[in-house]
This record gives sequence, structure tokens and C-alpha cells, in this order.
Amino acid sequence: MRAHAIAVLAGTLSVSAAMPASAQQTIKIGELNSYKSQPAFLEPYKKGWEMALEEINAAGGVLGKKLEIVSRDDGANPGDAVRVADELATGDGLNILCGTFLSNVGLAVTEFAGKKKVFFLAAEPLTDKITWANGNRYTFRLRPSTYMQVAMLLPDALTAKKKRWALVYPNFEYGQSAAAAFKDMMKARQPDVEFVTEQASPLGKIDAGAVAQAIDDAKPDAIFSALFGGDLTKFVREGGTRGTFKDRVVVDLLGGEPEYLDPLKDEAPAGWIVTGYPWNEVNTPENKAFVAAYQKRYNDYPRVGSIVGYLTIKSLAAGIAKAGSTDTDKLVDAFGGLKVDGPFGPFIYRASDHQATIGAFVGKLALKDGHGTMVDFKYVDGASVLPSDAEVKKLRPAAAD
Amino acid sequence: MNWEGLAFQALDGLASASGLFFVAAGLSLIFGVTRIINIAHGSLYMLGTYIAVTLVATIGGPIGFWGGIVASAIIVGAIGAIIEVLLLRRIYSAPELFQLLATFALLLVINDATLWLWGPEDLLGPRAPGWRGAIEVLGRQLPSYDAFLMAVAPIVLGVLYLVFARTRFGRLVRAATEDREMLGALGVNQSVLFTAVFALGALLAGLGGALQIAREPANLGMDLTVITDAFVVVVIGGMGSIVGSYVAAVLIAEVKALCIGLGLVTLGGFSMNFSKLTLVAEFLVMAVVLIARPQGLFGRAQAAVRGTGEPDAPIRPASWPLVIFGGAVLVVLIFLPFLARSSPYTLVLGIDVLIAVLFATSLHFIMGPGGMHSFGHAAYFGLGAYGTALAVKWLAAPMGIALAAAPVVAALGALLFGWFAVRLSGVYLAMLTLAFAQIVWSVVFQWQDFTGGSNGVLGIWPSAPFDRLSAFYLLTLVPVVAGILLLRRVLFAPLGYAMRAGRDSPLRAEAIGIHVKRVHWIAFAIAGTVCGVAGGIFAFAKGSISPETISIGRSIDGLVMVLLGGIQTLTGPIVGASVFAVLQDFVMQQTEYWHALLGGIILVLVLAFPSGLTGGLVRLAARWRSS
Repeated sequence: MRAHAIAVLAGTLSVSAAMPASAQQTIKIGELNSYKSQPAFLEPYKKGWEMALEEINAAGGVLGKKLEIVSRDDGANPGDAVRVADELATGDGLNILCGTFLSNVGLAVTEFAGKKKVFFLAAEPLTDKITWANGNRYTFRLRPSTYMQVAMLLPDALTAKKKRWALVYPNFEYGQSAAAAFKDMMKARQPDVEFVTEQASPLGKIDAGAVAQAIDDAKPDAIFSALFGGDLTKFVREGGTRGTFKDRVVVDLLGGEPEYLDPLKDEAPAGWIVTGYPWNEVNTPENKAFVAAYQKRYNDYPRVGSIVGYLTIKSLAAGIAKAGSTDTDKLVDAFGGLKVDGPFGPFIYRASDHQATIGAFVGKLALKDGHGTMVDFKYVDGASVLPSDAEVKKLRPAAAD
Repeated sequence: MNWEGLAFQALDGLASASGLFFVAAGLSLIFGVTRIINIAHGSLYMLGTYIAVTLVATIGGPIGFWGGIVASAIIVGAIGAIIEVLLLRRIYSAPELFQLLATFALLLVINDATLWLWGPEDLLGPRAPGWRGAIEVLGRQLPSYDAFLMAVAPIVLGVLYLVFARTRFGRLVRAATEDREMLGALGVNQSVLFTAVFALGALLAGLGGALQIAREPANLGMDLTVITDAFVVVVIGGMGSIVGSYVAAVLIAEVKALCIGLGLVTLGGFSMNFSKLTLVAEFLVMAVVLIARPQGLFGRAQAAVRGTGEPDAPIRPASWPLVIFGGAVLVVLIFLPFLARSSPYTLVLGIDVLIAVLFATSLHFIMGPGGMHSFGHAAYFGLGAYGTALAVKWLAAPMGIALAAAPVVAALGALLFGWFAVRLSGVYLAMLTLAFAQIVWSVVFQWQDFTGGSNGVLGIWPSAPFDRLSAFYLLTLVPVVAGILLLRRVLFAPLGYAMRAGRDSPLRAEAIGIHVKRVHWIAFAIAGTVCGVAGGIFAFAKGSISPETISIGRSIDGLVMVLLGGIQTLTGPIVGASVFAVLQDFVMQQTEYWHALLGGIILVLVLAFPSGLTGGLVRLAARWRSS
């Protein structure tokens, strides 16, 4: 019971110590993410948003006030994440939240934002449900969704003209929906396609040798993979040793992202069709400026996480500036159709489903100087792979807008 | 289904088995001799991998590779010895399972230390020089390194077997596994023996990790992944049996390889993707083995450890000062919405703390007075939460009915699993409850259409007037206080006394006519039901529910809360849960390296209060009274 007194005391102290969000000097934004459980992606992410924060404040802030970010670890599970979001919203009085990484955590915070009527910009979670089946008025999402990324890879998968495909994916929301989306889209555009095997492996615990062997035994002409992180590394090594990828077309979602490509070093599988970010090969002025600034600031090259963190804060600053205030409803209205400039070029947040139209680079993997990179790549704009506003209206809940 | 393909998969499975075997052998050895459940064993495996990657990269070449692996194993062995001397030696006299708390804290600290030393990215080691290619077997390519691993495991098994059968050290280890107090009485230096055993176990774990660098990248999630698999293998094989660990490792690896090899199977119009079973295959096997052979395949009945600590005092009804204190606390809690007007977050934290307290109290009910250690208590929490959530989702049930559904679903689960669980005892019971929790988890995780799969169920919000925070807080307070008082009342009812009798002396209890298994079964069901209530409230508090509520992490959190508070007293879980929940919330806000901070604080508490927080307070009070 002493502990309860401590709780009251701690709570009272923390609130008296924190300044209310409507303070004169700063605009506060709450940020929560799974820093402990996904450090490979989220450390660059943090560097990205810290750099954006510095840039914005150096240029005078937003609406004449400095921007401040209150960042918390969300525990990598929905229960803790909702509590942390509640702490930011109720305890610290912040009405603008952003972040999250895993799809189920992003969904839970989306749900929370809709109920408590706080603004939430989902940075990284890829599930389509955040903007479609479970979308709400207060939630927007930056990253291209699973549907969008699979659609980006589809033209290359179709030009390969392979009949027998094998699927391998991590067994949770992201992997399941990526595989499902791929199957649906392929069947619609190439009706004679055959899926000879499907391997769903536990996230982070793939038995790569057995999976690679099982795929090889099914004798597919092509392989679709949604593996990432440690699973991808193991799969590439085991599959390479066993000749699983020989004479086969391989399509891998997220495979060209530096955080997943770089650990492979000189074992990067050449010829794979991937989505990603070839940071040192994209020669647009916006990207070169971003890379130079990032390298100057951190003495390290940017990853996809850096872009996501950077653009999350840039979007929020742009939105608040357009709304002219931090009021939740005004911010929601301002975000519909909001145009943001980033290292990939300008993109907008669609008013119809609150999804950003930022795209990704699609290309082939190749080895250069002893590590993997993307070649023959092109930027696919998110808007080109999203369904129309009318179709999307049917996918969202009626009360969402 | 291609028979050649399946045969090849079976052969290749032996390579995965070897990694498992090394970790499991070390764990089994440590438990057999010291009776410590070393949760940090996976961390030692992870350290082995990371250190090997660094050494191999620094030295380079074939000498670097093989030398690096051996050196890494030795370094991890040394780390194990240091851990044993500095930390574990001080808490051997603590009640059973308390060392689990220390190793849990160690896991947290080592995880953050690894992050700090090596950074967040995965580190892939090089391929083994000279073993890069593949051998052709059955028309398929078997990587030669896999063949190497397949050979190494039986060789190491043989060496260990010879050590334990022929050397004096081995004889001492076997004697210590049987009866370590007698061994001490015969003049063997127990401390040195324990250190040596712990170091050997750590060395095996480090070796297992180091050998894997050619197959998988070193990453920060390895410690948790490996430890669950290792426990399963050890339990299936039988605690303390090295041969059992090998056989069990092979069995698990073969089952997984089979599931993957079968892949998508279509019989009639019904198709099943066997590869999805890999989520839970090892737990299914463990459940089957434990039900059929309660001591594992090669295990023997656990020798009773003559406790080296003080015997527990019998639980007495609360004294008047405690009742008055409890009443005062209750009054503060009731008026908390008024007292904490200016900081509404206190209520949010308060709701979480109350739910944790109910969870911990229900777990303590069977762990302390019942003597049944449950590693899978989160299953009933999750069943309750899902019962409520699915009632709202599918039946559009109003809040009251949905909350009432929680204990019903949890009770059904507890009755079913409890019937099997109470037939075992000790660590086997604990692992069987864990197996059941994992099975529930994977069913919920896989059954996308009904339970929402990995996303869970969303949109479970309390209806008016409970959508106001203070009203919901008071709503939470009622069942939590009622649950705690109910459990306390049961403890002083004939059922409670019978339960305690069954824990203290099953033989005598049976002799006077107490049907111990039935009493334990009923107690298990009661604990599960009360836990389900906590789960139901949790669902409404968060607005959504997902399979993480049934995860091993949640069960371990519950154990930590109970052990931290102290297993001997009835207020232990209440104090432990409150402290842990508030501490975790506080620590998560302080620093990036909050795992290490939390682990460090728990270590300090463990060393300062070897019988839990309330145990320490009781002792202080006794000393103050006697002075």
C-alpha cells in the first residue's frame, strides 16, 4: 500500500514537473515506439526525427514556437503501448501522438486515438487495417502499406511470366497480409498462376535450412518472400548454400532496405527483385541533400528508418503550420490533402483514407564493393498503387469520416 | 509428400538439434545440481554468439574461426563462474524459485549490455572456412557445416558422458544431483562444485552459440528465443539427464522439420498448412510427453531438497494492526479519484496496478499456499480477456455480461488444464502449465477469423457511465478487492488448510483422508477464475486485446511480481505487484537502457531482501520487536 502512495506521489510530481501542452514556449508532440525490441530499425529512426527536430527549430520552429518531442518506449505490445499513449495523452496532456512499429501495436494505438480523439500519425506499421478496415478520423499513416508495396512489386513479378510460385512469410499480420495480397493480385492478373507451397515461419525464429529445403523440394519457378531482419539473413545464407535460389526468380518485400540488406554483406543475393532505399545511388537533389546532412550530423549513412523518423516530424510540423494551431480537429482537417516535401520528393496525405502517398524504390539487388545494393531501380509513387477514393470509401468504416 | 524430401529434412534436422542440445545440456546440468532455473542461460548463448563474431572478425582466417569459437566458449564459461560467485552464491538459501528472479534480472542486464557493446544491428559471422560447400545426399544439397554440427553434438555428448561416468568430478556432480546436503556433510566443498558446474553449463551454452555464427546472425532477440526452446528440451528429456537432452533436442528438431517438410497438405477439400504448426510444435510434444511420462523421457523423480533456509511460518489470519492498515489503504484507494484530481494519469496507472495485483494474488494462491508453481498463468488472464472481448465482438454483449463472461471462460480453461497439471509436481508441473499457455496462445494467434489473429480484438470500450476514468477506476477496485478477500477467505477455509497440508506433506494429508489431487485441482480452478476476472477488466481498460496477454513474458512478469513480494506472506503478491508495476512504468521513462536499470534494481532488491520484500519487512519487524 506504500506503493500506491508512491504512485500518487509520483503521479502528482510528474504532472507538476511537466508543463502543460498549451504552454507559451513550445509545442509538444508525443512519440512512442518499440525501441527496445526493434533497435536495428528504430535507432536510425530516432536519429531521423532528432535531425528533423533540429532542422525545424533552427528555422524558427512552428507557428513561432519551438517544437519538443516527448519520446517513450511502448513495450512492443499493445497493452503497454495503449498505457503509454494514455500516459502521453492523459498524463502529459498531449493531443498529438506519433510512432509505433509493429502492426498490432499500431492498430491498438489507432483504436485508442479514435476513442480518445487525439491525433495520431502512425509512422511505420504496415497493416492495411490502419487506414482501411479499422481506420478512423484521427489517424494518419506515413509508410506505404503492405498492399501498396506488394502492388509495387507486382509488375516485375508479372513480367517474369512464371507459373509456379512458392511463398514464404513471417507468421503474423504483416506477413499474412503480404502473402494474401500477393496471391490475390497475381490471380487477378495472371490466372494460370499456381502456388506450389506456402511456408509460414514464426517471426524471428525461422528454421531456415528446413524452409529453404522445403521450398526447393516443391520445385517452384519463382519465390515470393516477405521475410525481413534476422529471418531474411538466415534464409539467404541457407538458401544460398542449398541452391534454392538457382535459376529462380525471387521477389522479396523490404529486401532492399539498408537495415536488412547490409547485415548480409557480400552474401547479398544478386538478382532478387526488392523494394528498398538505395541511399547512395538516388541522385535527386532532395535525397543528396538529406544524405549529406545526415552523414554530417551522425557520421553514418541513413537507413529507411531514418527517412521514416525524419518525415514523421516534418509532416507534423507541416500539418500544424497549415492548420495554424495545434487543435486536434483543425489538425485533422489540415492533414487531409497535406503536401510534404521529403528526400523522395513531395507527397500528400490523402483525405480519403489518411494514407501518405510516399512510395518506395523497386529494383534488383546486386553486389558492389563487397556489399549489396540496388540496381535498375525506379521510384514508384504511392499514389499510383492505391485504390481510388471511391473504392477506399467502401473499405473504411462508415463512421471514420 | 515426397518421401525422399522428408527423409532429407529429417537428416538435416539433426543439425538444428545440435544447437539446442548444447544449451539444453548446460541448463539441465545446472538445474540438476544447483536446482536453479537459469533464465539467463539464453543470454549466455547469445553472448557466445556475439563474442565469437567479434573474435572471428578480429583474428580472421581459419585459426580465427575455430580459435574464436573455442575462446568464446571459454570466455562465456568464465562469465558463468563470475555470475555464480558474485550473485547466485548469496541467494542459495532463499526459498525455491527465488533464484529465478535473480536470473531474470540478469537476463535484462545482459541484454542491454549487449546492445550497448555491439549496437542494434544483426551481426552475421563468416562461413566456416573449409566447410562452405554442400554434400550431395539423396539428390539434394546438404551444407557441409550442417554435417559438421551433426557430428559435433554426439561427440560432445560422448565426452560429457565419459566425464560424468568416469571422473571424480563427474561422480561428485551425479551425487550432488541426488542429494547435495549429504554431499556437503561428507566434506565436499559445495561452493567450488557449484561454481564449476555453473561454469561448465555456461561453457556449453557459449559453445552452442559460437557454433551458430556460420548459420545465423547474432541478434538481440536470441536470448528469449533460445531459453524457451532449451527449457522445453530439458523438460522433455528429463531434468539432469544429458542423454535425455540430446534425444529431446533431436525429437523437437525432427518434429519441426517434419512440419516444414509437409508444408501445405490437402486431403479431400480440407487443406492444412503444417508449417504454421512450428509456432507451437515443441509445446505440443512437451505436453504429450509430460502427460504420458511425468518425469520426461529419461528423467527420474526429483530428489527432495532439504531446505537450507528457515522453514516457513504457518500463515496466520491477519493481526489487528494489519487489518487496520489494510482498511486505511482501502479508504485511500477509494478516495484516490478525488485525491489525484490534478493528475488523472495516476488513475490510469492505478488501474494497471490493481489488475497486476489481482493477477499476482491469484498466482500466489497456488504458488505459495498451494506449492504449485505455474509458469503459464497468463493463459487464464488471456482467456478471461478474450472471453470478454469476443463477447463484445461477436455477441454485442453489454459491458456487464461481457465482464461476467471472463471468469466463466477462464474457469473452463483452468478446469481443463488443471486436471492434467496437478498430476505432476515441481518444475514439471510448471513446464506443463507453460506448454498449455503456449498452446492457448498459438490457437488464439492462428485462429484469425474468430480471434483476430496477431492483431487481436479492437473496439472494446466501456459503456457509460464507466467511460469516465474515475468511474472505471472504482469499477476496477470492486472486483479486485473482492477477489483478494475471497482468496484470503478460501485460504482460511477447510479447502485452504487442506491445500496447505497437501503442499507440506502429501503423504500425511492423504493418510488423514484429504484427496490432495482434487483439492489442488479445485484450487487451480479458483486461481484461474480470479485471474480471468483481471483479464476481463484489462480488456475494457485498454480498449483492445491481443495475443501478447497470453505470452510467456506476461507469465514471467507474474512470477516476478510474486517472488519479488515474497512467497511466504499473503500481502507479498500485493506489494510485489504494486512495486513492480510502478517500477516498470517509472523506469521505462528514465532512460533508453531501461532493461538494465530495471534488472539492476531487481538485483539490488533480491540481494537486499532474499525472502522477498514482505519477508524482509517481516524480518525487520521481528528484529525491531526483539531489540
